[in-house]
Order: sequence, then C-alpha cells, then structure tokens
Amino acid sequence: MSKTTIIPIGPYHPLQEEPEFFKLHVEGEKVVGLDIELGYNHRGIEKLSELKTFEQTVFLVERICGICSTSHPLACVQAVEDAGGVEVPERALYIRSVIGELERLHSHMLWLGLAGHFLGFNTVWMWAWRYREPILELFELITGNRNHYGMMKPGGVRRDISVEDIPAIQKTLDGLKGPICLFRDAVTDDPLIRARLEGVGTLTKQQAIDYCAVGPTARASGVAKDVRKDHPHLAYGRVDFKIITGKNGDVFDKAIVRILETLESIKIIEQCLEVLKTLPGPVDSNPKEIMAGEGIGTYEAPRGEVIHYICSDGGNRPLRHKIRAPSFMNVPTNQTTVIGQSVADATIILAAVDPCYCCTERMAALDAGSGRRILSSAELIRLSQAKTAKLKKEMGVEGPRLKI
Amino acid sequence: MEFGSLILQMLVFPGLLFTAVVGLVTSWVDRKVTARVQMRVGPPFLQPFYDVLKLMIKETCIPAGTSRWLFLSAPLFGIAAVALASLLIWRAFIPLGQTFSGDIIVILYLLTIPAMAVILGSFASQNPLASLGGSREMKLMLAYELPFVLAILVPVIHTHSIRLFDMLAAAPAVAKPSGVIALVVAMVCMQAKLTLVPFDAPEAETELTGGAYVEYSGPLLGVFKLTRAMMLFTMPIFLVAVFCGGIAFGQGWLPILLGVLKYLGLVVAVVLIRNTAPRVRIDQAVKFFWGPMTLAAFAAIIAAFLGW
Repeated sequence: MSKTTIIPIGPYHPLQEEPEFFKLHVEGEKVVGLDIELGYNHRGIEKLSELKTFEQTVFLVERICGICSTSHPLACVQAVEDAGGVEVPERALYIRSVIGELERLHSHMLWLGLAGHFLGFNTVWMWAWRYREPILELFELITGNRNHYGMMKPGGVRRDISVEDIPAIQKTLDGLKGPICLFRDAVTDDPLIRARLEGVGTLTKQQAIDYCAVGPTARASGVAKDVRKDHPHLAYGRVDFKIITGKNGDVFDKAIVRILETLESIKIIEQCLEVLKTLPGPVDSNPKEIMAGEGIGTYEAPRGEVIHYICSDGGNRPLRHKIRAPSFMNVPTNQTTVIGQSVADATIILAAVDPCYCCTERMAALDAGSGRRILSSAELIRLSQAKTAKLKKEMGVEGPRLKI
Repeated sequence: MEFGSLILQMLVFPGLLFTAVVGLVTSWVDRKVTARVQMRVGPPFLQPFYDVLKLMIKETCIPAGTSRWLFLSAPLFGIAAVALASLLIWRAFIPLGQTFSGDIIVILYLLTIPAMAVILGSFASQNPLASLGGSREMKLMLAYELPFVLAILVPVIHTHSIRLFDMLAAAPAVAKPSGVIALVVAMVCMQAKLTLVPFDAPEAETELTGGAYVEYSGPLLGVFKLTRAMMLFTMPIFLVAVFCGGIAFGQGWLPILLGVLKYLGLVVAVVLIRNTAPRVRIDQAVKFFWGPMTLAAFAAIIAAFLGW
C-alpha cells in the first residue's frame, strides 16, 4: 500500500463553499502530503483601492470578507488615521470596539456550527447558527445591516449607538450566555467529540511561532498573541479582559479557545456599553483632508491579526494599500498539522484554522494547456521591482526611504 | 395460482412496493424528527416521495472507464435483497404463507447485501472518493457483522429455534436481561448497518462528498436512496420481530398499535442517536465494534445460556 493517490478537496467541495484547492496526497487513509492551491477568485482589491477615495476604500475593504466585514475596515481606517494624523473622538473608539467584538461573537459561533457540520454533527451546526441569529438582528438594530455594517469611516463611525438601544443589546447578550456555556460544556463533556478532536492536528508552540500563526490558531498552541492586548488601541486599553490560550494546539484546544473567547467578547461589550451610557461627545471628527504619510492599522480579527498599510501623498486616494489577512498566515500551518493524520481528520484540521479564502486569495497565472505556473514568485518579484523603478522615474523619487 | 400469488407478494405486498412506501414514510419521520431536534421546520409529508420520483426521471450518467455492467446492476442487487428480506419478515407476521426453519439466517444474509451493493457500485465507479468510501464501508461491515450476529443468537438460544415465527410465538427476548443487552448491541449495529451518524464514515458528505454514491446519478441514485429508506424500515422491524415479539395481527387493533409503537420507538432512537453524536473515524468504529460491542454480545450469550 505505498501507492499515493490524490484526494481532492476543492476547488468546489461541500467541505467549504469557497474556491480553494487542497490536494491531499494519501496512502490508504493516511495523508502523506498536502498542496494548497489558491487563486481561483482573485479580485485585485489592493489595486482597486488605489482608484478610490479614502471613504470609498473603507467600503471596498469591507467586501473583502463577508464574515470579518468590520475587521478589515477597522484596520483600514486606523491606517488612514495613522497616515493622515486624524483624531478620533473617544465615544467612536468605544463604538468601534463594540462592533468589533460583536463580529467576533458571530464569527466564532459560525465557525462552531461549521465545525459541527464537518464532524457530521449537524445538530450543533443548526443550534449554533440559530443562536447566532440574534447577533445579526442586533447588528441590524445598531447599524442597519445584518452583515456589511458600513460603520467605519476615517475619523470615527457613521452611526451612534443610542442610549435607548443599550438595554436591548444587553438583553440579547444575556440571552447568549446560556447557549455559549451549553456549547462549552457539550464540547468538554462529550466523549465522542473529545475522541474526534483531542490530539488531532497538533500545532506545537514552536511550529506556531515558526509559521507566524496568528489569532486563535496561535493562542490554542500557547502563544499569547493578541493585538488587543499587545498594542492596546480603541477601547481595549480601558476594559478588562483575558487572552484565552490553550496548551496542546490540537483541534480540541482551538475549539475551546474560540468558545471561551466569545464569553470574553461579551464581557468587553458589556463594559463598553456601561461607558457609552454616560460618555458624551460626537462620534465622528469628520476629517477634511488626509496628510501625506504612511500608516499602519492593525486589528485582532476573529481569525487573527489583520494588517493594513496605507501610503498617502496628501491627495484623496491611497497611493499604496497593502493588506495582510490572518488566514494568509494560518492556512500554511495545515502543511504540518495534516501530515500523518487520516483523511477523516484532515477535513476538520483544515477547517480548524477557520480559513477565509477570500482574504487569503492571491493571483496565480497558469498556462491553460500544460497547467504550469507562468508567474513564479521570482517572476513576480522581478515584475514588482520593474514597476517600482518605473514609478520612481515618473515621480522623480530617488530611492527607498529606508536603507536596506 | 400459487406462483402468481407469490409474485404478487414479492412485488406488491409485503415485498417491494409496500416496503418502499413504508420506507419512504419512515424516512419522512426521520427527517421530521431530525428537523425538530435541530429546531427546524422539516419537510412536508410527501417530500421523500417527490425526491425519489425526481431522481427517477433524471438522466443517468455513466462515467468513462467504469465497469459498466457492475455499475448499473449494483443498486438493483441492494433493492432486491432488502425487498426479499422484508417479505420474509412479514410472512412471519401475517400468515400469508408458512415461514421455513432457518429463515432468520436467510434474512441475516439478505440484510448484508445492500452494503455489498454499495461496495460493488463504489469500486465499479473508479472514483478515488468512491473507492475510499467503498473501502470504509467494507471495514465497517467487517466490524459490525460479528456483534450483530452474536446479538441475534441470544433470542435463538432463548427459543431453541432458527425460525422467525417461533420467536414471535415465544415470550419476547427483552423480557430477560440477556435480551436487553443483546437488543442494545443490535441497535448500535443497526445504526452502522444504516450508515447513519456516528457510523456514516463511508459517505461522509464533508469528507468524501457522498463517498460511495459520488458517481451515481438519476434513477440509479434513486434506487440507492430508496434502498436506504427501505432498510430504515426493514432493520427496525426485524429487531422488533426478533427481540420484542413483533406486531401481532388478527387480535384486534390494540396489539397492532402496540407493535407499530415499538417499531416507531426504535426508529426514533435511531434518529436521536444520529442527531446527538459526531461522526467517528473508521478505525474508532472498528475498535468500538470489535471491543466493547462484541464483549457485550458475548456476555449476553453467556447470560442467555444460563437462563437469565
């Protein structure tokens, strides 16, 4: 039985309804190799962003991902504010935190349901998504939209959270605590779930550091890495919350970390709401111009740290907009975690990093006849250098500002 | 005349048509209870019929490079076997004709054929996902058949007979502790025989996209789905017959109602198990059936010999 066959997971597969392609090289049921292929749905967001004004850019990056649809705008507006030296009113910071944490809540519930589905436990799927529904309704109440909230803008937020709405928000949050505790106990107590998840797809602490894993994927391996704590921004420096870490880095730990994080999110939202009840002030500083400069914005998205870099020349459009989504760091960890496991476990291991392919998508150019990659990474670097040289010539800039 | 009535029994009642209709109704019960457990509304009563009918009028695609004859005939083996098994069981309930000594062994054989049909069909289709599903189905079959047959031995020991009719006439097996243990073992094996969660590794939608059935389409897929629905009817009714005294006809409505309730109880147990567990890996399933389940079945047999 040394013959290797390829089990295709993707490009279209019921495991995850997104265009990704995992080539599992298997011997019998054992996985001996994994190829990750992306590039089925590249949209060129970074290039599009250069054609839009700063206000429009925020709406554009909101559409990178339907699930973390406020993490990208949050990181983006922070990058713009960093580049252009824009002040943000304090009340807006609290509102941003509330929206961000609500998003983490619904994203983790969504993952929990999907994880149940991947294990064939469809009851967990349906229940988790049912209890996620009130969060979406809450979003509709606060922002007017269930999924793409359109709340962030450079200089603040678009809508205020009115004091009359706070009791309704609080009520929904209280209603969530019971179900979340139910899921926590169900996962920790169910012997069958433990048998399926424990010791499966282990990512050691060293491997997590080597792969630069972020978010719950890294935290489950014991790397206490969280932008909210490491660089306290928004309201995170002013509220009390814990970083949840696991020990073993297996799928079980990843599930537990996510479930416990939802409880921490509720804690953060409650503290923010308490402040919002009394904190006066505008929610938008309404900046009229963005100064020239470079800025970096980071936010702890549900899947991990998302980074936006914005370069502005003082006009109304970004000169360069670079985005690094968390799944881009997490998906490659599958290459160690999945090897040596069975095909049955491979599906849940691949899903355990909570991958988001539209965030991770990169361009791939293939020759249609042979299927060979036309643009290798060396080729792309060469193209990039040629373009930089061309731009430098056009703009009359001497060279890189940083000495290499 | 004798021959004509036998054909009628095979094709209409209690053979193919009857089993298919009641099987689809049972699959509606399965889907409805599942939906209620998952806080959904569930399908309307006729939905399983529509589903099968729709498949029957669709195109059949035969993938290139398959063993054509085997690919086309595999689903038919399965449905024929389960219809015949249902016929034998019902002939013991309703005195249409006489059952014969050793019919229980024939039924045990017939009930393995649907799984065999899935294995044959999946290997004939030459698809890597289907072959993986087929090999899992084979492992699963090797795992559950041993404890299942051992569990069925317990009522055989109680009644000193291998004729189904004698088991219906005698006191039900579950009246004794050994019978209860054997019933529990047989129910768990039934879950695997129906390839339902937690033992649905052979099809595992999210891993193998339907596994064994991945290349099947149109009427052939419909026949497979129908076979599954018929198994969902035949397996519980077999256990009711062997362990719980069956359904007593000809003594008024009350015993019939009681029999139907026993049957529905087993079906609901199957549905509840499948909705409160994740899928186990195939190696875990094999260990489970060859370990605790086989031991429990042996314990039940020893208890049965001791008269408990």
